[in-house]
Amino acid sequence: MVMEIVCPAGTPASLRAAVKAGAHTVYCGYADETNARNFPGLNFDRAEMRAGIAFAHAHGAKVLVAINTFARAGAEPLWHRAIADAATAGADAVILADLGLLAHAAAHHPTLRRHLSVQAAAANADVINFYAATFGVRRVVLPRVLSVPEIAAINAEVEVETEVFVFGGLCVMAEGRCSLSSYATGQSPNMQGVCSPASHVDYHEDNGVLSAKLGGYTIHRAAAGEPAPYPTLCKGCFTTEGASGHLFEDPVSLNAETLIPQLAKAGVHALKIEGRQRSRAYVAQVVRNFRAAVDAQAAGKPMPEGMLARLTEGQAATAGAYKKTWR
Amino acid sequence: MSEFSVHVPVFPQLPALALRCAPVAPMSMALGGFVARLAQRHAGLFRRLGAYGRSRFVIDPTDLPVSLALEPRGGCPRVQVSRGPLHGDARIAGPLAALLGMVHGAYDGDALFFSRDLVIEGDTAAVLALRNAIDDAELDLCAEAQSMAGPFADAVKRVVALAETRTGVALSRREENEEW
Amino acid sequence: MQLTVGANQFFWSPEDWGSSYTALAAAPVDRVVLGELVCSKRLPFYQDRIPAAIETLSAAGKAVSVTSLALITLKRERKLGAELVGTGVDIEINDLSMLAYLPEGTSFSIGPLVNVYNEGSFAWLAARGARSICLPPELPIDAVRILAQLGRRLGVAVEVWGHGRVPLAISGRCYHARRQGRSKDNCQFACENDPDGLDVTTLEGQDFLAMNGVQTLSASFACVDHQIEVLQEAGVTGLRLSPHTGDFTAVCAQYRARIDGHVARGAVADALLAAYPDRHLSDGFLTGARGADWSGPLP
Repeated sequence: MVMEIVCPAGTPASLRAAVKAGAHTVYCGYADETNARNFPGLNFDRAEMRAGIAFAHAHGAKVLVAINTFARAGAEPLWHRAIADAATAGADAVILADLGLLAHAAAHHPTLRRHLSVQAAAANADVINFYAATFGVRRVVLPRVLSVPEIAAINAEVEVETEVFVFGGLCVMAEGRCSLSSYATGQSPNMQGVCSPASHVDYHEDNGVLSAKLGGYTIHRAAAGEPAPYPTLCKGCFTTEGASGHLFEDPVSLNAETLIPQLAKAGVHALKIEGRQRSRAYVAQVVRNFRAAVDAQAAGKPMPEGMLARLTEGQAATAGAYKKTWR
Repeated sequence: MSEFSVHVPVFPQLPALALRCAPVAPMSMALGGFVARLAQRHAGLFRRLGAYGRSRFVIDPTDLPVSLALEPRGGCPRVQVSRGPLHGDARIAGPLAALLGMVHGAYDGDALFFSRDLVIEGDTAAVLALRNAIDDAELDLCAEAQSMAGPFADAVKRVVALAETRTGVALSRREENEEW
Repeated sequence: MQLTVGANQFFWSPEDWGSSYTALAAAPVDRVVLGELVCSKRLPFYQDRIPAAIETLSAAGKAVSVTSLALITLKRERKLGAELVGTGVDIEINDLSMLAYLPEGTSFSIGPLVNVYNEGSFAWLAARGARSICLPPELPIDAVRILAQLGRRLGVAVEVWGHGRVPLAISGRCYHARRQGRSKDNCQFACENDPDGLDVTTLEGQDFLAMNGVQTLSASFACVDHQIEVLQEAGVTGLRLSPHTGDFTAVCAQYRARIDGHVARGAVADALLAAYPDRHLSDGFLTGARGADWSGPLP
């Protein structure tokens, strides 16, 4: 069986590019705080979502609608409408993280397939089985804190499908459990759907040295000629007891391309590519690579040579927590 | 540049020299007309910009002796070309080939920025909005120029094709299925 | 308004851990949460002291809860979670995995590391048996007000993070170990020398964060001195005070005096800054533009 590749689309153009490049499934969100990539100039209005889903379905691909922030108290109808509109638009599933929204969707849209977002950070078999039994969740996106043997152990104990990230940005913290961004800027992934928001980023170049500040805190400095990562808080350069370095995570991004055979063996159903904020060109390139890789895997052929290095952040890649030494 | 960097061609010196003495007022006018025409055909681009449709963007091709200021003004855009310094809410600087290649989907904006082929200053959110809106619009500046050139459309296409081969600069939209 | 002492977030020696609860028995607080929140590897060092601490605190009239871990992944951590059930002590859930172990009909508390952002989640947890909910520290006052009112209607106590370094993130990776070039599995308890967490500053020397094993906290100490009236008016029923080194019993007493109107607004902050001159304070998550902001006078 070919592993399903689940591909990002920040815009309708990216959705079409991903489908044409061979995506089995595309995930995207509405242009508001209901989804965790609420970035300027990105995402879909209602008409674009309907058209995007129709396009994908016409080409045999599925669309998952991410409604994966935590609803704001006093404003739950905004999130409830997003779920209802995704159902009406023909979405193949919604991706949810919030307990209240899971309960709402299970009660009001029982036939709409529910996936558990990585933002719920469901990191063991017991909690996954709880979500499945309580809210009828059919697939769980696993947090990026697990090693391949741990993923295999989880799959042996759960009935639901699991989906894991294989490429793109890497959260070093348990997803949906991090307020670093709102501490520094007032805006967080859980509430506003943004992390280290561009509106609070300030770049300053002086004699070739590029400083990046977030909310007034210096997050990174790159000397002339060094790659310049986006100032994501957890990948910044900080100081403890006089020594400076990337204390939480280096400015690397995830590339688990070579682990695909092991992930397949571990019982993983779907592979997820991060990057709804990236261009349609990037999306097409990455999707094409991963489609070739899962096709090769299913045919029992060796993995194609990776050629994704230059697309990655800071231009260095890691296999992340999939290799246990990452911890 | 790091060993992984994207190879971005530099605009040839000779035409760059010519720009150094060309009058800027007609260039502003010609570009203004071109952009106004684009605005009509790609209304979605301005909708996608949202509040950043009121920002002023300075675009600085570092291999050309001119830079330009673009004000989307919610769909009634204005362009100013200048040889002197321009001011705005945000500045995007990089080789012309990188800027055009990003518009045409030949390069990824984030990758260009990580490799420092592009430099961003000022309102980063505005730059992101512009980049995302342009990426969604699937612009093809060559096709746009052709459609405006009437009977000279074929001539424009040939000139652009020749210039693309000579310079390596993406002057028309790339299919996403092409290898980079 | 009640005072709850939250679970100690740091790795203290068993002696210091034990004596801190002996001291708390005499502190003017209503409820104490204890147990291991951050890292399961720390627990064996003081586990045998937990029953005595519970007994001392209960005898002193405090309500006592035992916390779950904040992030349950390993087999032994799941077992630990399941074993908490049935001990007869109230459980504070800080990872929703605990709901898989708690039988329907059992009441429980919800800690600050569970994502309760809205009415739907709050009501669902209340229906499942939550009797007390400590809201996530990043919640702004408008959300706190709505949930506190809902809590009043549903008969659920609503707590807000009141004092101490703010828990901002939890990870699968141990930063203390990573800093020393070790992995989490071979950490050699790198966090044991930082009983308030290890200060993390920016490259320009600005105070920013603190690391505590797999946890990341704010460098600043939260202090709701300037928000007491706002919180009372919002209907918040409790403040959560997070233990730190120094005279923590005195800190509890200062908050008690402030809530009871015996000292003026600003007195708690003044006392804290006098006792911890290297620290600064924050209350920005509630009413500021960002979490790090402070609404009191700047030094």
